[in-house]
Amino acid sequence: MPIRLPTASLRSAGHAARGAMGTRPASAVGGITFARGKATLPDLAYDYGALEPHISGKIMELHHKNHHQTYVNGLNSALETIEEAKAKGNDAAAASVAPLLNFHGGGHINHTLFWENLAPANKDGGGEPEGALKKSIDEDFGSFQTLQKQMNTALAGIQGSGWAWLVKDKSAGTLQVVTRPNQDPVTGNYVPLLGIDAWEHAYYLQYQNRKAEYFSAIWNVINWKTVAGRLEKA
Amino acid sequence: MAGPTYKLPKLPYAYDALEPSISKQIMELHHSKHHQTYITNLNKALETSATALSQGKLQDSAAQLSAIRFNGGGHINHSLFWENLAPSSSPDAKSDAAPKLLAAITSTWGSLDKFKEVFAAALLGIQGSGWGWLVKEAVTGQLRIVTLANQEAVVVGDTPIFGVDMWEHAYYLQYLNGKAAYVENIWKVINWKTAEARYTGAREDAFKVLKANM
Ligand SMILES: [Fe+2]
Ligand SMILES: [Fe+2]
Repeated sequence: MPIRLPTASLRSAGHAARGAMGTRPASAVGGITFARGKATLPDLAYDYGALEPHISGKIMELHHKNHHQTYVNGLNSALETIEEAKAKGNDAAAASVAPLLNFHGGGHINHTLFWENLAPANKDGGGEPEGALKKSIDEDFGSFQTLQKQMNTALAGIQGSGWAWLVKDKSAGTLQVVTRPNQDPVTGNYVPLLGIDAWEHAYYLQYQNRKAEYFSAIWNVINWKTVAGRLEKA
Repeated sequence: MAGPTYKLPKLPYAYDALEPSISKQIMELHHSKHHQTYITNLNKALETSATALSQGKLQDSAAQLSAIRFNGGGHINHSLFWENLAPSSSPDAKSDAAPKLLAAITSTWGSLDKFKEVFAAALLGIQGSGWGWLVKEAVTGQLRIVTLANQEAVVVGDTPIFGVDMWEHAYYLQYLNGKAAYVENIWKVINWKTAEARYTGAREDAFKVLKANM
């Protein structure tokens, strides 16, 4: 039975995993890295402490090395279960993994996109979007400040764990702010451009219950080059 | 049209009383900040909703329902949670303070240890923020383990016996990503006396702390 995988990049990677488990060399599909058919934790493009003082080194280290790794492990184990179920022709067993696949697959995709759309404030992080990205934001939100406000309102309104995203609506051709609960990935008609993790683990060690401070600080480390690049390809 | 406003209930023990299972810093933030925020936002939403209704603006009243459900649930869940915890040195934290409940647990799951194992697995299986509860079913009177997302609360029919908060704010400062250790240690501070009272008492009584803090 067909298992619907969350995104195109994971879908093709999932084929690699199913078709060549243990034989294929490391490959990268849309920022998602698979080594020998398994999802692997991507390296950060900066040091754990590089986003300080906006996000502490301790948070970054735990977030990347422990939380993200857990999603990678969960995804691999879900894919393995599907593989086994497929080999036995057990559709029910394969289908029962769907929630885990969505959660861990989504967690892997979301965090991978997140690390890439962050950068140290003294490098590519912060500032304001430029060029075609700026133009789209101005057109669809009125101004960059309005976008920020909408993102922050969306983040503050999440009831529980989740993410806020700036996305491109493919059919309408416009930019939008959307939220997703837990680790649900952005799929379908939307192309994720910029994601902000609103799980408590993303800020609690530094900001505790003052999450609004985290939401305002994170703008200092947004990598607009990455966001612009994603829009170009969307 | 001013309805009731809710107040933060006092903890039945000191902030550091659950150490080392739950640190003082966690308890203080959790009670004085997180729980207070649910109450503040609940009162705000209730007032906005009531005002809109009194002006015949159903649409504006209905717009508050999500906030009432979420923050009201947060207030209910945390109020029940504080009361179903106790310092590990207290006799209330021993399972023999709940003879009738314990008998029912044993007849349902085979043993207390087996129940703890199943309950822990349910807690650790929550995807995102949420709670795990032992409840007494309304119709059958049977015990059941339920997990609820975010601040959904046991408000329809069933009686909550005890709950465990699985939001990251409940354990992160002490256990970081090691939530299995938090779940293991919370057994030492479950208030079995409260659990027994909720199990044997009237459903309404489990929620009396809410009425006492209006
Ligand atoms: Fe995260
Ligand atoms: Fe909580």
